[in-house]
Amino acid sequence: MEFKTSYDAIVVGAGMSGMAAAIRLAMFDRKVLLIEKHSIPGGLNSFYRRANRNLDVGLHALTNAVPKGTRGAPLTKLLKQLRIPYENLKLCPQTYSLIRFPEKTLSFSNDFNEFDELIKTTFPEQFSGWTNFVTAIKDFDETNLQNEYFSAKEKANEFLSDPLLIEMVFSPLMIYGSAWEHDMDWSQFVIMFKSIYLEGLGRPVGGVRTIIKLLTDKLKELNVDLRYSCELQSIESVDGKVSTVLLKDRKLGELSIQTQQVFSSIGLPETMDKTNHKEANIRAGNMSFTESIFFLKEKPRELGQNATLIFHNNRDQYLYQKPKTLIDDQSAVICLPNNYHDDNEFEEGIVRVTFMANNELWTNLSEEDYKAQKEIVSQKAKALVSTYFEKEATFIFDDTFTPKTVTRYTSHYAGAVYGSPDKTRDGKTAIDGLYITGTDQGFLGIVGAMLSGISMANYHGLQGGAQ
Amino acid sequence: MTATDVRTKVLDIIADIALDDDVTTIDDSVSLREQLDLDSMDFLDIVMELKKRHKVEVPQEDYPKLATMQSCVDYLSPKFQALA
Ligand SMILES: Cc1cc2nc3c(=O)[nH]c(=O)nc-3n(C[C@H](O)[C@H](O)[C@H](O)COP(=O)(O)OP(=O)(O)OC[C@H]3O[C@@H](n4cnc5c(N)ncnc54)[C@H](O)[C@@H]3O)c2cc1C
Repeated sequence: MEFKTSYDAIVVGAGMSGMAAAIRLAMFDRKVLLIEKHSIPGGLNSFYRRANRNLDVGLHALTNAVPKGTRGAPLTKLLKQLRIPYENLKLCPQTYSLIRFPEKTLSFSNDFNEFDELIKTTFPEQFSGWTNFVTAIKDFDETNLQNEYFSAKEKANEFLSDPLLIEMVFSPLMIYGSAWEHDMDWSQFVIMFKSIYLEGLGRPVGGVRTIIKLLTDKLKELNVDLRYSCELQSIESVDGKVSTVLLKDRKLGELSIQTQQVFSSIGLPETMDKTNHKEANIRAGNMSFTESIFFLKEKPRELGQNATLIFHNNRDQYLYQKPKTLIDDQSAVICLPNNYHDDNEFEEGIVRVTFMANNELWTNLSEEDYKAQKEIVSQKAKALVSTYFEKEATFIFDDTFTPKTVTRYTSHYAGAVYGSPDKTRDGKTAIDGLYITGTDQGFLGIVGAMLSGISMANYHGLQGGAQ
Repeated sequence: MTATDVRTKVLDIIADIALDDDVTTIDDSVSLREQLDLDSMDFLDIVMELKKRHKVEVPQEDYPKLATMQSCVDYLSPKFQALA
């Protein structure tokens, strides 16, 4: 592609939200430039290859995995807005997932009634409160951009009195979508509750690559100028309005391009630091993770494990926080991609184990210690996984990534996967024409990020903004 | 341009937006929202597609006139005529 001297809009970052925003803008004839610092698309939801194997980053599960034709559901909306037929997503539902605490275990599938029934038998004295809690969740308009921030734990305490039930119900929702430690914003909690428990989990056959290909095909069809290995350096403004962006392109070097609108998906503090409006009070996020990926000779089913995800927690309390050690080995998410309903895709067994991790501690390790610690994490993950198998597994190959890896490939401050705890719900910034999309607009996860890109493009680019 | 032509143009747009719905069975006198999975975001898309494909503009206060297929045809026909 050749750069034009000016664009109607420049979208920064070819992750889920950036690609979705660029598609919407281009669909209605805006001249769009989409730039990505890395050499491939995807951002936090990306892929790599090692030892002749395809590995996914992100995507344990696609949330909001409703069946085709479910009216009014976020996934249906998203696909319609991007003009992607449901079938093309090749979505395959989960079997069931476990929430495992020392004292009790819960499981949930894509049929919410089963979860409801299980809570009735596991926490009988809580059930009437639970029912009212679920009603309050269903009735809440979680996507209203005007919602105030409010503690979800406080809200839960109004309905439920058993802390164990609260901790168990919160744990998957926090690790899959909270930038706050220890608690969640009520709106975000409702989004996650609906998207995981009420709508369900699935995985596109082919994983991350399937989603990315759907988006890049659309970008091509719409003639979006998409440039990899091209980094946003700074955003210039005149009289408080976006005027020019400076880019650093690997091949062409420094470039200056005119535009009146910038949609940035690189994070709120990360974006503001590229302007002359540096805002010191925006915090970087604290939540980062390690993930170890194992390839096994056997499929998990053959080893006696049929769950798709296991939310493992070895304490009565769920400590969702940046650990004081390299990782918190008492709590983990185990993802078993073979255990979606259709397992024709894989020849081997795959297990992914995610631990909460401390970014600074990882970043400050010497190269030698870093390697050694990665190996220790891998061993711990392996030992944990083995406790969930009835037979001994044959491990063939493994790889581990850390907060340092996340920072290297996505440039998010502090390797933060869910961005800053400070969000900008309407996407606006102090600069006219500069909008935040994705993680720091407040919509997390794969579906959330895409919806964010769509809604910010609609709201600021197509309905209000400059043509 | 006949009413049938206008109907076809609107139907083409709706079919591209509600791409998982069957648009061949639309009842022209019944609200589109009731028959298809269309929300306010989708109606905005219909309006934007009318402008993009046919240069037909629908001001916001007239959105209710797009409620049924029949009302679409009635409302849009003069606009298409004016352009012809
Ligand atoms: C291990 C892991 C597991 C996950 N599991 C799930 C899951 O099971 N389900 C789920 O829904 N979500 C999951 N997620 C979260 C999900 O992947 C993210 O929430 C989502 O992809 C965020 O998309 P985004 O567009 O907001 O941001 P990003 O993906 O971070 O996109 C930002 C892009 O901007 C680029 N960039 C940064 N700086 C610059 C610059 N200066 N110039 C140009 N480009 C730049 C980055 O390289 C990146 O591509 C997981 C994430 C991880 C890391």
